[in-house]
Formats: sequence, C-alpha cells, structure tokens
Amino acid sequence: MATEPLIEFKDVSFAYGAKQILKGVNMTMSRGQVVAIMGGSGSGKTTLLRLIGGEVQPSAGTVSVAGQVVHQLNRKQLFRLRRKMGMLFQFGALFTDLSAFDNVAFQMREHTNLPETMIRDLVLMKLHAVGLRGAHHLMPAELSGGMARRVALARSIALDPMLMMYDEPFTGLDPISLGVIGSLIRHLTDALGMTSILVTHDVQESLQIVDYVYFLADGVIAAQGTPEEVRQSKMPFVHQFIHGEVDGPVPFHYQAQSYAKDLNMVAPAGAATES
Amino acid sequence: MIKHIVTGIQAVGHRVIDGVWRLGCASRFFLLVLLNSPPSFLRFGLITREIYFAGVLSLVIILVSGLFVGMVLGLQGYETLQKFGAESAVGTLVALSLVRELGPVIAALLFASRAGSAMTAEIGLMKATEQLAAMGMMAVDPVARVVAPRFWAGVFSMPLLAAMFTVMGVFGGYLVTVIFIGVDEGSFWSQMQDAVDFRYDIVNGVIKSCFFGVAITAIAVFEGFDAPPTAEGVSGATTRTVVTSALTILGMDFVLTAFMFRGVS
Amino acid sequence: MQRTMMDFWVGLFVMAGIGALLILGMKVGNLTTYQTGESYTLVGNFENIGGLKVRAPVKSAGVVVGRVADIQFSLETYDAVVTINMDARYQFPQDTFASILTSGLLGEQYVGLLPGGDDAMLEDGDKFMKTNSAIVLEDMIGRFLFDKAAEDKDF
Repeated sequence: MATEPLIEFKDVSFAYGAKQILKGVNMTMSRGQVVAIMGGSGSGKTTLLRLIGGEVQPSAGTVSVAGQVVHQLNRKQLFRLRRKMGMLFQFGALFTDLSAFDNVAFQMREHTNLPETMIRDLVLMKLHAVGLRGAHHLMPAELSGGMARRVALARSIALDPMLMMYDEPFTGLDPISLGVIGSLIRHLTDALGMTSILVTHDVQESLQIVDYVYFLADGVIAAQGTPEEVRQSKMPFVHQFIHGEVDGPVPFHYQAQSYAKDLNMVAPAGAATES
Repeated sequence: MIKHIVTGIQAVGHRVIDGVWRLGCASRFFLLVLLNSPPSFLRFGLITREIYFAGVLSLVIILVSGLFVGMVLGLQGYETLQKFGAESAVGTLVALSLVRELGPVIAALLFASRAGSAMTAEIGLMKATEQLAAMGMMAVDPVARVVAPRFWAGVFSMPLLAAMFTVMGVFGGYLVTVIFIGVDEGSFWSQMQDAVDFRYDIVNGVIKSCFFGVAITAIAVFEGFDAPPTAEGVSGATTRTVVTSALTILGMDFVLTAFMFRGVS
Repeated sequence: MQRTMMDFWVGLFVMAGIGALLILGMKVGNLTTYQTGESYTLVGNFENIGGLKVRAPVKSAGVVVGRVADIQFSLETYDAVVTINMDARYQFPQDTFASILTSGLLGEQYVGLLPGGDDAMLEDGDKFMKTNSAIVLEDMIGRFLFDKAAEDKDF
C-alpha cells in the first residue's frame, strides 16, 4: 500500500444553515486504496464527497486533494482538478437524452479533441471493462438499474481519473448486480491505479473489497480501521452498525419529548417524578 | 387584535422580501447564462437540437391556433364593420390586430405553455436525477452546456413562431371574409397594405416577440434550474413557469405598446 | 431522432419563419412601397392643420410622395410648422401649393401637393411658399351662416 496521502481532511466542519453536519473531521486516504466511509443515513457522508469535489465549501478546516486545498482553487483550477476525479452518483445520473455510448463519450468529446474513431475505440474499451460493450446503443431508459450504474461507472472512468468517488453504489441492487459492482470497484481501482472512496451503508459487501473504513457519526469520525479490525471491534457503535442491531448507541427513537406527554396523558400525581 | 395586524404586516413583508430575493437570484442567473453563452454559439449543433424541441415541435399548435384566431377575427370584424358599410376594411382590422398585438402575445402564451414548461420540466428533472451535478463533477458547466443552448434556441424561435402565427391568422381572416363571405379580394389586400406600416407595425411586432422570447425562456430555464429536486418541486416549477410567463408577457406587452405606439395614430 | 433528420426540420422551420416575415413585409405590410432610399425634408407653415398627424401621407395626384415627419407650433408666427420627409425620386417646383386635405368625408387627413410651373426645384430644407389650411367644419358652417345672413340683408 502506498503511503503518500492523496486526500486529506483537516478539522473539517460544515453546516447547512444552522444545522451542523460535520464537526471537525480528520481523514487521510492514500493512493491506490479503496476506502469506505460508513455511517447512518443523514450522517453527512455524501457531504464529504461534495467537499472533495468542491461543490460545497467547508465552514472550517481544509480538504486537500493531491496537495491542493480544494476550496482555495478558482473556478478554472477546480474544473481542472475535477477532470481527474470521477464520481458515481447514487442512481447513476446518466444523461437520459444520450445513449450509453454517448454518455461514456461525453467527457471525451467535451474535454479532448480526439478523432471520433479513437473516441469510439476508447468508449468500447470502457464499456467492455464493465461488461456492457454490447449495450452501447441502448438508451438509459432501456437499461436495468444495475446496468445503468455500470454504464455510469464506465462514464466516470472515461478519462482515467486518479480518484473515484462512489455515492451509495450498492443501493437498490439485486445481489448479483451488487457483487458485480463491488468487484468492478476493486478491480478498476487496482487496474487503473486510482484511489476509490465509497460512501455506503452496505456493510457486508463493502467490507469485502475495501482497505480501510471510516465510521462517521454525529459529525465526527467515530471509529476507523481495516476491515479485520472493524469486524473484531468491541465499540458499541461499530458493533451495532456492523450487525445491524435495531437499538444501541444509535437510538431507535428520534429525539422527542416524553411519549406520555406527547399523547397528552396527564401523569397521575403519584407518578409525577417518573419520566 | 394588534397582534393579528402585526402578523399580517409581517406576512406581507415576508412575501415581498422573498419575491425580491428570488428576482435577484433570477437576474444573477440570467447574467450567468449570458456570460456562459459564447461556448454554445461555437457549437451550434447544441442550439439546433434545442430549436427542434422548442420551435419545430411548437409549430403545429402555433399554426392551428393562428388560423382559428384569424378566422374568428375575420368573422367578428365583418359582422361589426358591415353595419357601417366598411366591410372592405376587415383586412386592415385582422392584419393590424394580429401584427401589433395578437400575433406576438398569443404566440408567446402558447410558446410558454408548450415549450417553456417543457424546458422547465426537462432541466428540473435533470437536476432531480443529479444529471446536472454529474455534469459539474465532469468539469462541464451545466449552465453553459444545458441552459445556454436552450435559452438561445427559445429566443431565436419565438419571433419566427410569432411571424408564422400572424401569417396564418391573416390567411384565416382572408379565408373567412374573402372566400366564404365574399368581401372583395382587391380591397381586402390593398386596404391592409395601406394601413400596415412596415416600420411601425411589423418591426414593432417582431421586436415585441423578441422581448417575449427572452422573457419566457429566461423564466423557464431559471425555474427549471431553481426547482427543488423532487417530483412536487419540478411540477410546481413547471406551473410557475406558465403562470409567471403569462403575467410577464401581458405586463410587458402593455409597457412595450405604450412605448412603441404612443403618439402614433 | 437522427441528427440529420433534426437538422432538416430545423432548417425547414427557420426557412418557414423567415418566409413568414417576408410575407408579412411584402403581402401584409407596405414594404413594397416603403421608401428606404434617399429622402429630403421640406417645411410648410399652416394656419390650421386640423387633425393632421405625424406619419400622415403626403400625396400628389393621389400618389404617396412622402410622409409627415414632425409637427411643431411656432411661437414666432403662431402657426403650425409641418416638416415633411419627401421621397428623393420626386422633385417639385418651388411654387408648389401645399394644402391639408381629407380623404373621404370622415377619413384621415393628408398633405396634398399641387405642383406649380416654376423651373427652380424645391431643395432640402426649403419652405413651401403657398399653403392652404385644413378645412374646419365649424369655420365652414360659420362662414356659410354669415354669407346667408349677408344675402338676406341684400334683399
């Protein structure tokens, strides 16, 4: 494993209006690694990816990618950096008015002056890598969920990025497609020598393919480690998360006033001290 | 009691501040679209595609409506004018009302509901399905790639559609009054040509439709880009596009007319 | 949709649109008789212009030869100063008679030019020597009644 850090989060805080999402996150990710960021729904995992992509800016701290602090870049520099990044959106986000082929060719046509014959070869190669060379003529509406995500994956690696980000790549897939996407992430990372960041809450699938795991809870990194360490972890939160227990450190109930009070049940005088 | 008045005033203030804020957002977005337009002119294929969707696909409704509006104008105009024995002026009536007002305004209203709403829905859905975000992450500016071509296609299509609407309307009026009723063909055309001035009537009508084109497409792309990324968000934005466009067209028409035809007989 | 097909339709659409604009100009409007060429201005002082308006036609022998460009009230002579844009193709002698006439009984008013016999032509910026005001109905009736009264006295 390479030790040179590609991405560094230093005391990153972020807030949507008054709502504090991240409260001082520290992370490093090295080149060639597949890193998973796990956490409950709404814990700010996706925000981490958007910070790396420069879509939003941290309220405090810095996010640096390949030595550049993302929020200090001007628009032109940011776009240059983004060309070296790929992002797989939750549901693929394929351009619905373009065929699978044109979707994959999109970035090549926008950013390069390659001749159309070469673009054709490159696109077919990328589609071949995800096993969908035969589906190049289909429109996104004709693709199944798993296929759409594979085309989207081919599209995001079109320009051989140094960094791939996956936003919930496993959501809503059947077990076979899920396995396919998982192994694709691992193999493409190794073959292209890039770094992959997975934001997911699919524990079992991701633990099989990642090198390192960060757990995000309440806006901070609650736990981290290799898959082995995580599986052995005795931390109550990690344990609950890995084994999918209903109640634990993460309560089943959203914060609320007492149940009895909500239902307007006047507690009998004798029980006034209770709850 | 006083509390109610205060909350009432607060509600008004809230609305006003919200409205002004949105107007500011829209203006800023409009400027952004203009700034990002040059690349889309270099790739004219993008605009051609959008002209197809905004202009060509609106053609049927524009032509058919134009024909009927002209026919009704001819019929009503004839009914009234013949009482004064001036039925040969029906051509003037049809042409002037179409060229000055009805052509640009009705074509713009139809364009807003046919093409403007489609534009909003398309951009709104692209936003809701993260296509715009994906484009941004691929270092392609969605404003330059998606919004600007649509905007210019709309601006370009609107005057052409309005002109076709007007021609169809005049033809409809001709059909009803000359062919069906039997008004003299020569006086129909000559009185019309005598009354309709190229500079004051036709050019002003075209200028009007250009303004409407800018207003409709600016509203449509802004609402689409600004739509909350949910199903209700997109449908609400689509409705707002049609309503706001209609009000803007009619309000603008009054202002433009006041400027153009003031002091002119 | 094939790209070439789309291009075809868009091309057709644009051509139809431009065609519609041309039809508007030629068939509906007066572009065919519209003077875009050279013009020169003439000025005429009228005692009373009646309902003459800017853009009203200027006719000679029924042919439109120009248009009213501007109407002002002069504080020096206390009458109306009418500026006319004349088509450069039409030259008129210096003793041309300009009068304000009405087309039909209730029709719009226009400036009628009656050419004289002078050899010298009116130049750009020149003034009409002889003008005739608009006929105002009240004046006409008033004069008629006055004449009638005078006639009655004679008898």
